Amino acid sequence: MSSEAQPPAAPAARPIPAGALYVNVFIVATCGLIYELLAGTLGSYLLGDSVTQFSLVIGLYLSAMGIGAWLSRRLVKHLARLFIEIEIGVALVGGLSAPVLFIAFGGTASFQVVLLGFVVAIGTLVGLEIPLIMRILEGTVSFKDLVSRVLTFDYVGALAASVMFPLLFVPQLGLVRTSLLMGTLNAAVALWGTWLLGDRLGRAKLGVRARAALVLVGMIVAVGFADRFTTWAEDSMYSDPVVYTETSPYQRLLVTRGRAGFNLFLNGNLQFASADEYRYHESLVHPAMVAADAPPRRVLILGGGDGLALREVLAHPSVEHVTLVDLDPAMTRLAERFPPLAELSRHALADRRVRVVNEDAMIWLEEHAETWDVMIVDFPDPNTYALAKLYTKLFYTRAKARLAPGGAMAVQATSPLFARRAYWCVIETMRAAGLAVHPYQVAVPSFGVWGYALARRAPFDPPTRVPSVALRYLNEAALAAMFQMPADMTPVPVEINQLDNQVLVRYYEREWRRWQQ
Amino acid sequence: MAAVGPTRRDFVGMLLGAAGGAAAAGAAGGAACGGAGAPRIPPGVLVETGARRGHAALRDLAAGGAGGAGGAGAVAPGRWRAHRVVIVGAGIAGLGAAWELRRRGIADVVVLELDDVFGGTARGGESPVTRYPWGAHYIVAPQRNQPHLIALLEELGAIERYLPDGTPIAAEELRCRELEERVFYRGRWYEGLYLEAGASAEDLRQHAAFKREIARWATFRDEAGRRAFALPVSQASELPELRALDGLSFGAWLDARGLTSERLRWLCDYSCRDDYALTAADTSAWAGLFYFASRRSGFGSTYQSVLTWPDGNGALVRHLAAGARIETGVAVTRVGEDGTIHALGPDGPFGVRAERVVVAVPGFVADRLVPGRPALPDDHGAWAVANVHLRARPREVRGAPPAWDSVFRDSPSLGYVCATHQRGRDRGPTVWTWFYPFTGPGPEARRQVAGASYEDWAEVVLADLSRAHRDIREHVERMEIAFWGHGMIRPRPGAMFHPARAARVLPRGRIHFAHTDLSGIALFEEALDHGVRAAREIAEALA
Repeated sequence: MSSEAQPPAAPAARPIPAGALYVNVFIVATCGLIYELLAGTLGSYLLGDSVTQFSLVIGLYLSAMGIGAWLSRRLVKHLARLFIEIEIGVALVGGLSAPVLFIAFGGTASFQVVLLGFVVAIGTLVGLEIPLIMRILEGTVSFKDLVSRVLTFDYVGALAASVMFPLLFVPQLGLVRTSLLMGTLNAAVALWGTWLLGDRLGRAKLGVRARAALVLVGMIVAVGFADRFTTWAEDSMYSDPVVYTETSPYQRLLVTRGRAGFNLFLNGNLQFASADEYRYHESLVHPAMVAADAPPRRVLILGGGDGLALREVLAHPSVEHVTLVDLDPAMTRLAERFPPLAELSRHALADRRVRVVNEDAMIWLEEHAETWDVMIVDFPDPNTYALAKLYTKLFYTRAKARLAPGGAMAVQATSPLFARRAYWCVIETMRAAGLAVHPYQVAVPSFGVWGYALARRAPFDPPTRVPSVALRYLNEAALAAMFQMPADMTPVPVEINQLDNQVLVRYYEREWRRWQQ
Repeated sequence: MAAVGPTRRDFVGMLLGAAGGAAAAGAAGGAACGGAGAPRIPPGVLVETGARRGHAALRDLAAGGAGGAGGAGAVAPGRWRAHRVVIVGAGIAGLGAAWELRRRGIADVVVLELDDVFGGTARGGESPVTRYPWGAHYIVAPQRNQPHLIALLEELGAIERYLPDGTPIAAEELRCRELEERVFYRGRWYEGLYLEAGASAEDLRQHAAFKREIARWATFRDEAGRRAFALPVSQASELPELRALDGLSFGAWLDARGLTSERLRWLCDYSCRDDYALTAADTSAWAGLFYFASRRSGFGSTYQSVLTWPDGNGALVRHLAAGARIETGVAVTRVGEDGTIHALGPDGPFGVRAERVVVAVPGFVADRLVPGRPALPDDHGAWAVANVHLRARPREVRGAPPAWDSVFRDSPSLGYVCATHQRGRDRGPTVWTWFYPFTGPGPEARRQVAGASYEDWAEVVLADLSRAHRDIREHVERMEIAFWGHGMIRPRPGAMFHPARAARVLPRGRIHFAHTDLSGIALFEEALDHGVRAAREIAEALA
């Protein structure tokens, strides 16, 4: 680095506090690497293909640092002030990177470009900083000591970052809060620098200090708003990192990403894990599809806004039309637009045979008199009165009225093992509504043993053949085994769930509480 | 602060007590401090319930005006009509009489109603979001001794099946959906109306003792097989020892049994305020016990289901009125025993000559139309009702989830019912119907609220709702508020089985009487029972 162009330094009233500036280097390096890791993590969570994402992010970040270093030679005046201004810039761009990227993901088509743009911007700014600080410190110590110390703090900072990021920051703070925290740290360092380098700032001192203070306050305020993305509790509650959250008027939607794949949670309850959801959805959909008299043409899905049951339904070539009724537009929108979910459902919600209706299924059924060859009923478990109304005799009576004479209906019915009474309450309530019902169950590792009901308007035999569509779990042996209830899941005496007693909520809560403690 | 002057705060304080007044003042202060200016009072109206027209007709009558007494001459010769049956009053009793006459094949029946809207205090309203009630909003599921109510519900397709003993089971969609009731106390909602949380052993013992007592009365049958407290009242046992309960106050009856637990007494008070606009201390013990015991069919059985519709009993009004010929905006001023009726319609005075007349109006109005009946010391309670149209639901605080009926334990109001609860629409826009009974003397209540503006009332409603829903003001789209000055008859001790009451039921000449007031309590089942009885009397007379 050349220093010939440096202007005559203002007469230094006191020596530059070199030790404090090494701490600065350490923090700059730590934050810089964390921004890089955040970008890589976000890219692989949201776009998948973590090898590509991390390679791109690391490569671009390092080369952007090179660009920064190269550009640094063009900065000749006011080095101290520039150092602090750049630090403020890192605080702003880096600190806001994760929240802005989360927002951009929902709102822009070229998310990858925005992501890499952030990486280049942060890399360039960080790349400018190390040469600048070396030039500021030039003359305070010998060149060999200077290079040695600055680079040592730089690399040790990188180590600190790479250890703390996966072990501390992501599990405890989550991505958004980590990003804002690093921004806060950068801004604090900038503010501190206006004192450390105060003598070299001249008249700009107060203005720079005010800007640094403003960004610092802004970052602290932004931390307060981080709950819009995830709450503290959520970041530490889920074993895998939270990659998407949204609070709709109806529920809290949250996606985590772990080694085994994605998990979708609604109000904290697991809806599916991408690793084994095929077991759940094949078992939910195909028995009903083959239990109908004729290959089904018109299918109704109630609930199931994640589009995964829909994917199984659309695999049947006989299907001409599907109406999917899910209360929450945020759920169907997420399933359609969030790339990992959209891919998992094979873009089922965008299929031209599909009509999506966002309405309460109870009210929609009452108001729409069409009949259906197959009905798939896939609601969250009945843990509130608002949900349990969708498991009442009234609901099944209405559903039965909409079922074609030769049609079949499948209902997710919670776990016959964990909530045995609740499960049999669903079965008996369906029978009380006049449906002929076969209970069945399947093991879904992320849920446990799960229960369903297969129903028709009149008595029938459970299906014995599997459809000729691509299947990963179902074969004839599995199908036959599903309809056998092991001894610890056989019927227990239950009351019928009706609108004015809602016994199901009480069964469900009492039984699940045992397992959750 | 200017918008909420001391007057409005005093009005709120007068109706809700000091705490409620403070809530209103706090809301006002908070808004002012926040720079938002005056506290937000959503747009809305005070709804006219026919009282003004009724009072005007009364003044007219007193002045010997157009439709006045002896005013046969005041009705122009061309303004006389003739009908087979005229029913005065289109509340449940009048509409019930019309319905029964229709079922009996009697044609040329006209119903004359003072108000612009029929249905009386059982009427409902409708918005693009939902129908909603204006008053009575449920009935108790019928028992097998209520053939008229069963027939009415059969017509509505509201009976699902019958038990082997003939007890009808009402359709599930009408049986009040869980959660039926919740009570707000110290920052939290609790399921049900009896607050079990924090109850002492003695509280629980007394509650159990009270329930045993009620169960005992529910199973009681006299020698004729009649229940002690039956719905309708006309089917209850007439044993003197039971009737003697009417001379006692419910409060005194509870005291005599050592049932003094504050929690239990609150429940009893609430029930009396809810059904009678009286405190337990001012309610007849017969009526107080009737409230609890008539809803049970026997020992060990739980309370009968409550049946409800989005517009409350407005759904029953719509059915009873379908096919009836109803003329609204008609003030009847005189009914003669010969069947001549003087009335003041939108086009001026007119007269009707009827073969038979049903006077289906409150007792104090009937006494003006048909002078000379045995007098009763009857007293009508005043009510305020607010329909609060919400764009979205306010945030829920801890505890029990939203219910059909939400009650504030520390409020003199009755809380609110949610119009979309029964249909299962649990999110988004809805209508809450808020009720406020004036338990003091009727004239005092009417004096208190005289001149109160919509804004004054709105502040009362919002201050009360904000006890549990601090963000209520952000979600209210508009409000409609009504004051029923003579809302319902009140069963004070000695009133229900006053000797004059039975005599008032008897026909006079061509005039028959039907109204819930004839039972001494205000209930759909009573009004329908009287309407059907009057129709039967007429059918027999015309046969």
